[in-house]
Amino acid sequence: MMIKEIIFYILALVITVFSIMAVNSRRLIRSATYLLFVLLATAGLYLLLDYHYLFAVQVAVYAGGIMVLFIFAILLTQKPGKNIRPEPLLQRVMAILLSSAGLIFCGIIIYQSVNRVYHYVEKVEIPVKEIGSTLMGTGKYEYILPFEAISIMLLACIVGAIMIARKR
Amino acid sequence: MGAIFDNFGSGVIPLEGYIFISLIMFFTGIYGFLSRKSLLMILISIEMILNSADINFAAFNRYLYPDQMEGFFFALFTIAISACETAVAIAIVINIYRNLNNVEVDSLQELQEPESTETKTEI
Repeated sequence: MMIKEIIFYILALVITVFSIMAVNSRRLIRSATYLLFVLLATAGLYLLLDYHYLFAVQVAVYAGGIMVLFIFAILLTQKPGKNIRPEPLLQRVMAILLSSAGLIFCGIIIYQSVNRVYHYVEKVEIPVKEIGSTLMGTGKYEYILPFEAISIMLLACIVGAIMIARKR
Repeated sequence: MGAIFDNFGSGVIPLEGYIFISLIMFFTGIYGFLSRKSLLMILISIEMILNSADINFAAFNRYLYPDQMEGFFFALFTIAISACETAVAIAIVINIYRNLNNVEVDSLQELQEPESTETKTEI
């Protein structure tokens, strides 16, 4: 299907442009908005991979929950309409050099070696019933233990966030 | 070599496509992490890095092991963990703002207490 490829390249373009704009913007609220676009385009990639449940989780948790947290934090800590002052030039040049060196290194490795093993297997989406029973099962390749660990970690995170952020 | 160019226009999205997208997102996040001074910008960069790792998990699972669900669940748990991490980090940022009135990295040293004589009363 040609249309899938077109959608993929559009999503790739959106992710590339908006992630660069997000880390370069002078205003924090704008870079949070660009980050929202990046996260939504990532959700689109999951949809393209037929992981519909992961798409829903990405939209709900990242684009919903985390972005609301970010926007509240930005509004609480910044004066509205004020640009943050630019960082020193040396720091930015060093960061550009380091990250593009890493990008070129990993890009060459991927370009030359990840081409043998795969082919896309057209499968329907995983049914939610199977996801649920795998998440809750106790057998081999089933995930009750990480699930419980995550639930305890969420509880600890709620308690810790309230402890840190409350007024004394 | 270079399945992206071989498969261009054939309708098949190669695995490299996903890996290259996540690579670009990852190193953009690294750039933001190294170059910005606001704590919130650093946090946004970290979110981008974690998100790029999730793309890799999902893509590898779909292309290499389509009958199993390990990468899928790993991405799911990573999303939950990054939500935790963001909540705690934003609580810390708001606490720092309450003490210092800005969230720049350079001013964090002022958070250190001077060698005080008072004893700690409670935790």
